[in-house]
Amino acid sequence: MSNNNESIGKTFFVVIGLCLICAIFVAASAVGLRPKQAENKLLDAQKNILIATGMLNGEDIKAQFEKHVQVRLVNLDTGDFVDQDPLTYDYRKMMKDPAGSVMLDEKDDPAKIKSRANIAPVYLAYVDGVESKNISFVVLPIHGYGLWSTMHGFLALDKDGNTIKGLNYYEHGETPGLGGEIQNPKWVAQFVGKKLLDDAGQPAIKILKPGNANPASASEVDGLSGATLTSNGVQSTFAFWSGAKGFAPFLTKVRQGALNNG
Amino acid sequence: MASAKEMKSLVFGPVFANNPIALQVLGICSALAVTTKLEKALVMGLALTLVTAFSSMFISMIRNHIPSSVRIIVQMTIIASLVIVTDQILKAYAYSVAKELSVFVGLIITNCIVMGRAEAYAMKSPPLMSFLDGIGNGLGYTVLLVIVAVVRELLGSGSLMGVEILPLVSAGGWYVPNGLLLMPPSAFFIIGLLIWALRTWRPEQQEKH
Repeated sequence: MSNNNESIGKTFFVVIGLCLICAIFVAASAVGLRPKQAENKLLDAQKNILIATGMLNGEDIKAQFEKHVQVRLVNLDTGDFVDQDPLTYDYRKMMKDPAGSVMLDEKDDPAKIKSRANIAPVYLAYVDGVESKNISFVVLPIHGYGLWSTMHGFLALDKDGNTIKGLNYYEHGETPGLGGEIQNPKWVAQFVGKKLLDDAGQPAIKILKPGNANPASASEVDGLSGATLTSNGVQSTFAFWSGAKGFAPFLTKVRQGALNNG
Repeated sequence: MASAKEMKSLVFGPVFANNPIALQVLGICSALAVTTKLEKALVMGLALTLVTAFSSMFISMIRNHIPSSVRIIVQMTIIASLVIVTDQILKAYAYSVAKELSVFVGLIITNCIVMGRAEAYAMKSPPLMSFLDGIGNGLGYTVLLVIVAVVRELLGSGSLMGVEILPLVSAGGWYVPNGLLLMPPSAFFIIGLLIWALRTWRPEQQEKH
């Protein structure tokens, strides 16, 4: 290397030049690939909603989703549908936005999510297609803190707003093989047919120590062995989202027949 | 121009004779994290191979113009840019794997193998040779990762590439999975055993006191 390389001018020239070239390169790839990434993300969410309802059938996901699922927004405090375009509503962003969410007190916040958006999307699934106007399931987005991470899932309910049709955790950072088993289809299959609420309308799902759940019970589920804290997180996620600060007002309206009118 | 034999040794040398993980013990951190599943290990190995190869090539191309006082920063800038581009491409074209690899693709930036090859080889060699050297070292990393991942996924989850091989007890089969293999420490044990096996097979790799 020549001495010329070590001059201050050359050093600045090389560093600035390199940074410019790299910046252009990085910016171009980020901007150029963004539409494709957004599409992937949407497709992934749609796929997971269909998995929760058990309707995923290997057809083109986008086409199946559009044919069978309708997205609506719900005001969580009143439980009423909100007339706002669900496509432009960013639920993940609103959860943390002070303008669109409420802070939760510690006693109201078993799932440790700290704040909750005022408006949440719900997905109405139609087995016979949206035009049939015959709603089969309601899919609710739920999330709560496990051992290491926030676990995001979709909970599908029958149109009675109480019987669980399916559960699908699609994003979490729990230990693979232990807490990560919340994604195991065999584990979540236990939830199918259980009742979310008891006769008094209170959250009913109980996650017990593995092996203690009575399969005939309407609300007991075996926890994951080796993942007590993750199981507790799932329990508190259910407690929160089926409670008054969660989807309870909406589910009450569903039981009163809000879905039949349209 | 270098001979074909030299090129061959650049690409295949690091696989067993001079493996970056087993002999130089570099890049261990990601080897612990991404080897729970074979698919993750393969994608990670591919990403690291491409980043090492191209970063070595670009660094080698401008090696005569890099002021030595800022050479590490220059190397980091090139490596970091390539890693970000790789991450963006994975997110666009292999979304589900990218989601599982999450932060570990970004952490290729700090992988000692990439920096090590840039500093030790690319700074004094022509571009083509540096490129091949990067491919070789990436290959060595990938091979080790794949071996570890096969052991961990097969014995830890009873499957390979997500396909069930050993039917699990929880699914009505006979195999009780070994949970330890899904935890990061197990990769240490497996890598340790591999280093032992490799150095027994090739005694010249043993360190003499």
